[in-house]
Amino acid sequence: MNGARTGTLASLRGSIARIEAPSDAAMPNRIALGHAGADAMLRGGLAPAALHEVFAAGHQGGAATGFIAGLAGLISARKPLVWVRQDFSDRENGALSMRGLAELGLDPRLLVTVRAADVDSGLRTAADALACDALGAVVLEIWGQARQLDLVASRKLTLAAQASGVTALVLRIAAAPIPSTAETRWIVRAAHSPPGNAASPWGAPRVEAELVRNRHGPVGRWIMEWKCDECQFSEPSAYPQPVAATPAHRPHQAQARAGHRLAS
Amino acid sequence: MGTALCQPTHGRWQDSLSRLRGRVGVGVLSTNNVLRKERAPTRIASSDAIRPPPQAGEAKKELPSVVVVKDHNAILLHAVDEAAVRAGLSIGLPLANARAICPELTVYDADPAADLKTLNDIADWCDRFTPLVALDAPYGLFLDITGCAHLFGGERALLQIVTNALSRRGFAVSAAIAGTSIAARTLTRHVSGKIVADGAEAQAVGPLPVSALGADSAVTTGLRRAGLKTIGDVAARAPHEISARFGAAFTTLLSHALGQGDAPISPRKPLPDYIVEKRFPEPIATDTVIALTLSSLAKMLVAAMDKQGKGARQLEASFFRTDGAVRAIMVETGRPVTRPEMIDRLFSERLDALNDPLDPGFGFDLIRLAAGRTEIVVQQQRDLDATVHDNDEISALIDRIAARIGGKRVVVHLPLESHIPERAALALPAQHHQAAASAAAWPERVAGEPPLRPLRLFEQPEPIKVPFASVPDGPPHQFTWRRALHAVVRVEGPERIAMEWWKQDGAALTRDYFRIEDAEGQRFWIFRDGLYESELRDEEDKPVPANWYVHGLFA
Repeated sequence: MNGARTGTLASLRGSIARIEAPSDAAMPNRIALGHAGADAMLRGGLAPAALHEVFAAGHQGGAATGFIAGLAGLISARKPLVWVRQDFSDRENGALSMRGLAELGLDPRLLVTVRAADVDSGLRTAADALACDALGAVVLEIWGQARQLDLVASRKLTLAAQASGVTALVLRIAAAPIPSTAETRWIVRAAHSPPGNAASPWGAPRVEAELVRNRHGPVGRWIMEWKCDECQFSEPSAYPQPVAATPAHRPHQAQARAGHRLAS
Repeated sequence: MGTALCQPTHGRWQDSLSRLRGRVGVGVLSTNNVLRKERAPTRIASSDAIRPPPQAGEAKKELPSVVVVKDHNAILLHAVDEAAVRAGLSIGLPLANARAICPELTVYDADPAADLKTLNDIADWCDRFTPLVALDAPYGLFLDITGCAHLFGGERALLQIVTNALSRRGFAVSAAIAGTSIAARTLTRHVSGKIVADGAEAQAVGPLPVSALGADSAVTTGLRRAGLKTIGDVAARAPHEISARFGAAFTTLLSHALGQGDAPISPRKPLPDYIVEKRFPEPIATDTVIALTLSSLAKMLVAAMDKQGKGARQLEASFFRTDGAVRAIMVETGRPVTRPEMIDRLFSERLDALNDPLDPGFGFDLIRLAAGRTEIVVQQQRDLDATVHDNDEISALIDRIAARIGGKRVVVHLPLESHIPERAALALPAQHHQAAASAAAWPERVAGEPPLRPLRLFEQPEPIKVPFASVPDGPPHQFTWRRALHAVVRVEGPERIAMEWWKQDGAALTRDYFRIEDAEGQRFWIFRDGLYESELRDEEDKPVPANWYVHGLFA
């Protein structure tokens, strides 16, 4: 009896220690984003076969789309990608442009787009697609505070993702985070291009990504730049580090003149 | 209650048709039949439904009723019932004359659209006898019953089934079976229920009056004036005499009626490659039985296709209700389907997602599964080549999603040779274009450059308010989009994109695109519509300010 109790206690302690261990060691199968700070916080990168959420304000649709496209490109790794999009999202933020996707270094040939009429059919389609293990990732894009995307729905998506090994990425524009079973949750907004002289190229996809939920570690906030040629995120080049608040107080008139570079 | 064979839209005929509910007395055959597409010496049944439209039960009241149609400012009788015929009225008589002959006349307006719909509904119902049903508007139907009659106990029994079922619904039916469609139709014009053996058409139609041929009234009158009263009389003359007087079209019609040569009928639906069906002595109505039936039909269909190494690209399930209504549900697939479970699953997805669910009414007495389009299946080694397996999986997934939400909502993207941004890509149904999309050549991006095209593109560029620009054709310093003011911090441009001036309708204005970043770091793709001074001028030739639009959002 006593021996059995000590055994149970020992095993419980062991498992608590495993949970609490400050495992700096990277977890296996993680997909590195390329941004050193974020990767360290995520213990090697994003977990595949899980649900990840990206939130953005209504007017930040472009930046959020770029961020999730980058995540999808990294995770799917040359495997086909299903992007389920609500019709309303197309009207609000524009349709996903294939030329734009190619400009990010991703391959439009691997994309299958599903235009869902409403949230319900979008959710169902995403759950169906998650069951297909030939896919690299499934992106579900929902506009607005959708009542249907509750804890139960996210649990279903998570279970489907775990069963097939396909990663679920949910893009919620103009929505506030609610409890869900997501592995990670990000809030994304656009970040400035680095200051530079008039001739310096600007306009690389750059987002301020705030990790607000991380099931296995602390959270954080970084400026990430998507490297279109290398197809991964990185620390922003030539940017004063660290950046916390949004800089929105520059004398734009002068900047505009300085930044105005005529196309050759 | 289900809807009846035809909807009451207008007029009394439609009213009385809508009352015609009940069970169709089709012979009880619990056989499962597999029909193959074949072309043999044809046997055509023609039935003239609705033609005099009187209804059962009208005779008791003995009140004549007519349907009238307005023709060149004259109101003429379009159809008459039996009581009206007895009263001496005939089709084509002016209504005023008819009222003079028979004062207590009930008059209804003709509704050709409803008539045609009724005829189409009857044709739907006739699909249960043969897949080849052709309309012979306005009142007739042709059924190509080649190779089908034995399933219903022979031609005589089939004719009886059709006639009885339609009469029970209150239609006046005249039906006949003959070797050619025109011969069958000619026979129905005079007497119902005739079956003519192959080669005996001339003998059968010979004694009929020339009006039975259904030629123009001018031709019929001309023949009668020439003393040729029966078809036999006309046939006895040399063909060139008839052609010289009445035209070659009439000679052809005559030879078809006599069984020499045949005009092909044009069926309403293309003939499916494979059909399997199940008939029920007792109508079925529960979902479970319907699902079980569909899956057993799917097994039979796959077994039939498998013998020829085929797989289905398009499947149609038809549900024949006892009251005559027919519901057809179609699913399409991107790759030939060869597994019954897959067919099962596609149909269950489709049936689940129907906006107006399958209504069994009093039950279905026949369920049919047809493979409308099939393809030869190329067998590939599956377990060694992972990509083959993956591609199959994805095609199956696309098919399932398309079955539920519609094929046009699942798209792949193809590049298009156009420099106009909104026309540079094409979204096409994934089921049909998956192979093309995976082999498409997209323009390469310029290495080292930031993205030059936005990630999200508006289908319709959205107008923005630009208060002023430092130079007329320069970029704006700030703009208002969706009621929010954006201060421009960085600009790149212009990139000038001219419209297709070589096209007739390509008179749109040249656009100057700017890639800009605002104070919050958001990046937009905006353009000015038209070149200042050269394109933008009012009637008095003065320059007008340009309109600005936002066309896309960068990441």
